[in-house]
Parts: sequence; structure tokens; C-alpha cells
Amino acid sequence: MRRRFRGSLAVTALLLTTASSFAGDTDPQAFTQIERGRYLTILSDCASCHTVPDSSQPFAGGRPIETPFGNIVAPNITPDPETGVGSWSDEQFDAAVRKGIGRNGSRLYPAMPYNAYTKMSRDDVLAIRAYLNTVPPVGNAVIANTLPFPFNIRTAMRVWDALYFKEGDYRPDPKQSVEWNRGAYLVDGPGHCGACHTPKTFLGGDKTDQYLQGSYLQGWSAPDITNNSRLGLGGWSKEDLVSYLKSGHNRVTAATGPMGEVVTLSTAHMTDPDLNAIATYLKSLPGKTEQASPLSANEPTMAAGAAIYRDQCSACHGLDGKGVAELFPSIADSSMARSDDPTTSIRIILRGARSVGTSAQPTAPGMPSYGRQLDDNEVAAVLTYMRNSWGGAAGAVAADQVSKVRLDTALRPD
Amino acid sequence: MARRLPKKDVVIVGFGWTGSIMANELTDEGLEVIAIERGPWRDAPTDFPPTYMQDELRYRIRHELFLRPDQLTFTFRNKMDQTALPIRSWGAFMPPNGVGGGGVHWNAEMWRFLPSDFVVKTHLTERYGASFLPEDMTIQDWGITYDELEPFYDRFEYLCGTSGTAGNLRGQIMEGGNPFEGPRSRPYPTPAQAQPFSHTLFGKAARELGYKPFPQPSGNLSQAYTNPLGLKMGPCTYCGFCEWFGCSNYSKASPQTTILPYLVRKPNFTARDNSEVIKINVDKSGKRATGVTFVDTSGEVWEQPADLVILSAYTMFNVQLLLHSQIGRPYDPVANTGTVGRNYTHQTVSTVNGFFDPKKFNFNPFIASGSIGMCIDEFNGDNFDHGSHGFVGGGYMGQVQTGARPIESALVPPDTPKWGAAWKTAVKENYLSTVKPGTGVHGSFYAYRDIYLDLDPTYKDRFGRPLMRITMDLKENEIKQNKFLTDKFAEIIKAMGADKLAVQYRTGPYDITTYQTTHLNGGAVMGSDPTTSVINRYLQSWDVPNLFVLGASAFPQNPGYNPTLTVGALAFWAAAAIRNKYLKSPGRLVDA
Repeated sequence: MRRRFRGSLAVTALLLTTASSFAGDTDPQAFTQIERGRYLTILSDCASCHTVPDSSQPFAGGRPIETPFGNIVAPNITPDPETGVGSWSDEQFDAAVRKGIGRNGSRLYPAMPYNAYTKMSRDDVLAIRAYLNTVPPVGNAVIANTLPFPFNIRTAMRVWDALYFKEGDYRPDPKQSVEWNRGAYLVDGPGHCGACHTPKTFLGGDKTDQYLQGSYLQGWSAPDITNNSRLGLGGWSKEDLVSYLKSGHNRVTAATGPMGEVVTLSTAHMTDPDLNAIATYLKSLPGKTEQASPLSANEPTMAAGAAIYRDQCSACHGLDGKGVAELFPSIADSSMARSDDPTTSIRIILRGARSVGTSAQPTAPGMPSYGRQLDDNEVAAVLTYMRNSWGGAAGAVAADQVSKVRLDTALRPD
Repeated sequence: MARRLPKKDVVIVGFGWTGSIMANELTDEGLEVIAIERGPWRDAPTDFPPTYMQDELRYRIRHELFLRPDQLTFTFRNKMDQTALPIRSWGAFMPPNGVGGGGVHWNAEMWRFLPSDFVVKTHLTERYGASFLPEDMTIQDWGITYDELEPFYDRFEYLCGTSGTAGNLRGQIMEGGNPFEGPRSRPYPTPAQAQPFSHTLFGKAARELGYKPFPQPSGNLSQAYTNPLGLKMGPCTYCGFCEWFGCSNYSKASPQTTILPYLVRKPNFTARDNSEVIKINVDKSGKRATGVTFVDTSGEVWEQPADLVILSAYTMFNVQLLLHSQIGRPYDPVANTGTVGRNYTHQTVSTVNGFFDPKKFNFNPFIASGSIGMCIDEFNGDNFDHGSHGFVGGGYMGQVQTGARPIESALVPPDTPKWGAAWKTAVKENYLSTVKPGTGVHGSFYAYRDIYLDLDPTYKDRFGRPLMRITMDLKENEIKQNKFLTDKFAEIIKAMGADKLAVQYRTGPYDITTYQTTHLNGGAVMGSDPTTSVINRYLQSWDVPNLFVLGASAFPQNPGYNPTLTVGALAFWAAAAIRNKYLKSPGRLVDA
């Protein structure tokens, strides 16, 4: 009797869930839906744009997001009915997240990665909604569009969408494993890795033929995250990648800058199976195949770079370039140091960088700024040396590339 | 009128080594803890970057990391019949300031005291008879034994990743270590640091003279290490900028490298920097602390109520805060009553510089760490028979040169002109071939009836409170001890092959103007008798049981070692007593 009763409850619950998702409204007290939404919010890293760093008002918006066209301010997505999304219908919320269509039908700018979020299901998005409904509503009116003319004309985004936006849920590849498919969904959907790691056209659309092969944004070059062994993750094991995403540190490197934020807000809170799925998927991407040959150690720039490296860098990173696992990054094993676009490496030398502390790796060591010590020629030389030593090979860095980054980062926050 | 903050379970006064240890232990217990620190926040990579930290002028000569005497100072005199005057520039010692305290700028020498050091009064009286001790000497036993403290020595060593060679492993004497040390339960967590040339040469010379040299135990690590809190440390690079400087290579043990990144993630921990605690508040009975009062940099006065008060500032400030808060009875050396300020001690240090033939010796002296060195312990504590020498105490000695920073390493042999071309030539010729052990002779400093701390009758601080007065001199016992040790040390430097020696004995009167060490001790000493100690064996105030006083102010007298390892071990010991005894039954842990 008791067993049957329990069984019938379960069936009813199942029916209710199904019914409610068909009906398109979320049950605000459906615990599993809210919990799923909370986790999807972490996977989607909503907080990184919609919460001002260190603010005590999660999701209240107000953080300016830099794009090549100007700043876009992330809106308030708390359930505040006036200034947040409290009075939006589920339909409107879903259209914004997955189709880039605002409440009044206007087009969103793709700083909101709806071109990735479209891979989520409608049910995923409504789960996120259910969770966001539970956070404290904050009255904070945000004017999102601070772009200059002509980019402030939202209708232009119709053209952009026609060129670059492909709507639709993630379709699993039946030839691949369940884990691989989960990884592909996470990377291309909620994780929106391509937003930073896939190069962009002059209009800001993805160059799909260079998928995840590294890009530039907000004063940082984002590395190639395909399995390319020279420039990407080829030298990393799956465990290295999982450890990096979970703790911000691994035997090779440490997360800093925008990726540091992604680790602390998002990947450090993902489940181990999801991190493994991401690693499996990324390690399956061959990336581009081209070789480079190292510069000769006899070249004057290399000799100068070697001397500077010995003087300024080797105390932490070691004469063998290997650093100390999980403390000081290994330059010898760093594909980032050899990436085609050296912006991030130059920036780290000039400005220094702080790695992130996580509960798995609380230490969070930092790299000091050498912008005063080293002039542009010296930075170029030491970087050229690091790119072409310990078995690595990459083009020389020129002093004017350093000057450009020095100028560009001068007024940026760290 | 102070503004009252919400009550916490624990308030910690001073956020250096002991405050950090205690905060971490008590937050583990689930308590809400706030630490209040007078100085600024300091973090390793941002405050001690290797791009500018190696600046001798800024950090050593101009005292960057230390308290500014115009914020707070002390008055000083040698003898009770003199009038004390305020110290306007630090000399003999350096009061630390800021988060991490002395743990930021220290050399990281990590010595355990000898088992006999903890029972020194009993031990010396039994061996030599009571009349062997000077009449005015007030040494006493600690109320704790080496064996009781051993597990906590071990915890602090493993927290810090200490590099060293065990000399006594569970009673078995180990080759290459210090054969005089008390038994240790485990080897050091990391092997001893590699020794540079002059340090190695000292070891060889000492061995040939029949001594048993060993590497100084070091908090500058020989290899990468992950401590029990999961924090990472890197191998020392021998840059030679430890003492006076912070380390951002993560190779010197400090609160910043071994505790804080872990502690600050805890939701039940809060820190408040740039806030100076001016009083420990007690209730009407005078037997219960209710919290502390502090002032921020805007001059705003705040009251932080708490159930438990941990006083974990530097020796001097612990004693001063007790005196200003009128907790315990101030020491009166004439009537020989009271305890607060009693048994104040320092360290008896001296050195011998050795000048070697520049054509034969290039020591590359800048290659070093703060706690590098080869040492011998034959003349420490009661490791040798004092019967014929007419003094008690002793110290370790060694080539412990911490580098060759240019300003302080312009050494020339005796008889060189003091300036001009000849002086310059001599500096140049001798820079690479001089052995400069710094505090090469590291002797004990025992306690005396007329060496003490009290409140100055004349000078006041910015809050109108009396400055604390230091009455300190060097006694015949310590002068004899130092003469004996320094001569022994000179023999070894000579045996290394030095052509000329500059022997610098420690002589009286005690000099407040030139640096000795920052190892000030006592004034709020631990013990088993409330009439001669401020705190019991668990560092708990005899008068106010919800007040614990950590740090070297607890040392009844100072043995011939650097104090920090014992200071840290006692903090772990007190934390264990609070966790295992006090919290279960708040009140006196020892009956008076």
C-alpha cells in the first residue's frame, strides 16, 4: 500500500514537471529545477558579466563589457519587476537568452553570447530563470547601450544575426561518446568558450574555420585551446586541463586575467564529470597543423633575451624554464608564450599578473610588473628568447608590438 | 565614546605569526574570529615583488617594514637611577608593523630550544648549586617541558616546510645533524639548504677542531613544498635579501606564505588592518575581558566585544597593553612584587669578521639566505661544563652570513684608514673574500631583578598614555659568556684560513642604538607560580582567564637560540589548550 502510494506520487510529480515545462511557466518552488538552474547559471558564467566584481548584489548588472565597438553595460537580471527581469514572461526571457531578441523585440548585441546559449534547450533556460527568480531583487536601472554611432543602432544586428547567428539546440553527434557530446555542449553552449577563444571577423562574428584557435579581446590574447601541440593544449593531459579549470593551477600554468575570473566564478564550481567532458572534447580538436622552426640562439636578440631571462626571470621560472609546478608557471611548456599573438605574454611582463586562489589551490602567487625595469626592446628580446628556447619555436616579438601593448594597457585596470 | 561593533567569539590583537596561527586554529573550531592589526595589509606578490624588494636603502637603512617611532615608541635607560629618554630611531631591535608582523622580515632561523632550557633554574641549581647563580639573576622554569612542546614544534616546522638535518630522531643521534637537540618525532619536512663556500669552509674548520657542525634549520626552503593547509612554497633562490625584507618567491616561511591565503577564505574570519588596539576591556570584577577598544586611521574609536581575547602583538606591545589595561600587577623591582614587566630579556650576540687573502678566496658572499649557515652547538645552554668558567648560559655559533648587501658589507680589515682612496681600495679588495657572520655568536640572555619594563613617569603617547620604559643593561654573567663564546668562535674563523680577524665582543653598557636582534622577550612570562608569572603554562592570564597572551613575552628568560620556532610552537600549544580544554569549560585551566 505504502509502496504504491509513493509510486503514484512519483508519477504525478513527473507528469507535473512535464506538464509545467510544456505549459512554459516554471514552478517557482520546484527545488530540482532551481538547483539545475543554479548549476546552469554557473556553467553559463552569467555572474561574470551581470555581477559587478566584489559587489554584494549578484546579477544586478552595471558592469561595462568592453567590445571592439564600444562598451555595453550588462543589464540587471534580478527578479526586480521595474529594473530587472521580474516582469518578463518566460517566452521573452527565452527569446533573449537563446535568440538575442530583447523584450520589446529589439536585437541584443552579441556581447550577450546568445549565439552560444542557443545550444541550450528551452528547459535549460527556464531552469536558469527559475533560479534567478530566487535571488534578491535589486532596483538598479542599467542603460545597456552606450555604443557610439552607428553601432548604437540595434536594427543593424539583424544583418549580423543573418551573417553569424545560427539558432538551434545542441544536436548530439551519435558517432561520439556521451562524454564527448556533453563536453561539446558545455564548450559551445553554456560555457561559450568561443566568445573569447575563437577569432572574430571585423564585424565581430566567429571565424568558424579557426574555431577555438585563439583570439584577442579586452587587451588580452586568448590562447588556442584546440589540441594543437605547439600553440594549444596538445602538451597537456586531460588531468592537466581538469586541474586548471578546477583549481586555476596545474603543472604548467596558472589562470589570470579574464580566465582567472572564469575559473573562480564558473569552472571551479563545475562537477568533475563535466570538467572531464570539457577536457575530452577540447583534446579531440586537432586545430591547425603548421610547424615553426626556432630562431638560432646566436642571434643577437636571443643572446640579449637569454641574459635578461637569467637576470630577471629565472629565480622563479628556473634556468630550465620549468618553473615550480602549481606555483610558478613553466615557460618551457607554455603554448601561450608561443602563441601567434603575443599580447597576453607582453602584458603579463609589463603589468604583472595575479593568479587566482581557489579552495583547491589557495596560494594565488603573482608575477610582478616589469614595465619600469625593462624597455620595449628588452621585453621583446626576453619574450623572443622564451618563445624559442627549451624546444619551443615561434616568431620573434618586435619592440613596436610591445609599445602597442604598453600604450593599450596603460589605462586599463589589471 | 567608542562605537560598538557586533560581538565576536574571539578577538585577536596583532596579526603576525601567533595571531595567524591562533586565528586559523580557532576558526577551524567554528568560532567567529576577528584579527585587528595596527599596520597595513601585506601580501607577498604585491608588497614584496622581486622587482624592487632587494633595496637595502629602503628596507634596511630606512626601516620600511617597521613601526614608525613617531607613531609609538619607548623610553630607555640602562640603570634604575637614570632618567629614561624616548627612542626616536630604532636601533637595538626593530618593532614590526603590519600583517605578518615579524614573520615578514625575519631570517627564518628555526631552532628548537634544548630540553634543559625549559627547566633551566632546576637544572643549573642541581648541577652547580644555587650559589653558582648571580644573586640578582631571576631565571625560572617555564612550567612546560620540551616533551610536552615537541608535537607543537613539529606542527610549526611542517607548517613552514622547514629545511634541516635531524640530529636526534626519537632518541637516536643522527650523523650530520645537531647532536645536542632534544629528540624529534620526525625528520625535517625538507632537506637542509645547500651551503655556499664560506659556510662550507666553516663546517670543515669546525669539524677539524673536533666540533660537530650541522646546517642551521631554515625556513627558507631547499625545495618546493606543499604545507598541511595545501599552500605552495617554492625553493629559495639564495638572493640574500631575507632579513629586513619580505619574500615573494614563496620560499621564506611567513604568515603570508603558510597560513593567510587559506585563512582568508574562511567565512568565519575577518581582519581589520590599520587599526590600533589601545585597551583590553574588562568587566567590573576585573576578572573577565569583554573585548578590546581600537582606533582607526580616521581617529574613530571602536569597541570590539568578544568572549575570548588573544593578545598576540610583539613582546613590547603585549606588555604595554597589559599595563595600559591594568591587567595583572605591574612589576616593582624595589619591593620585588608584581609580575607585568618582569624578566625582560634580549639576546647576547657578537661576531668575528674574517679577512681572507683576496687572491686565494672568492666567497661569492651575496649567495645566501637568511637562515643559511653551518653551526655548532657545543657551547649552548648547559651542553658544556660551566663549573670552571664562572658564568651560566651559552649560545650556538656559526657562519650564518645572510648575504653581502652593499651598504652594510663594505668591510675592511682593522688598521685600514676610515676614508679616502686607501679605504676604497680596501673595500674593493675585501668584498669577495671577507667572512661576515652577522650574529655569528648567538648567546642566551638571562633575567635579572633590575632589568624590566614599566610605564614612564614623564613621556606620553598621542593618546596621552605613558610610554613604556625599558630598563636594560648587560650583566657580568652575559659579558663573560660572550667573551668565552666569541673567543671560541674566533678560533674557528682563524682555522678557516683568515689572515686577519675583527673580533667584536658584546660589552656593557647595553647599547640601544645599534642593531643586535629583534629577539626581545619576557615581561609577561609564563610559569607555574602566579607571583612570578603573568600567564600560566597554557599562556592564559592568571588574572583574566578569557585572555591569552602569545609570543616571546612569555619567555621567562632567553636561551641561546632564535625565538620564533618556540613562539610558534607555544601558539599551537595554547590553541590546543583552548580547543581541547578551555572551550569545553571556560575558566582557569590551572588552579592558582
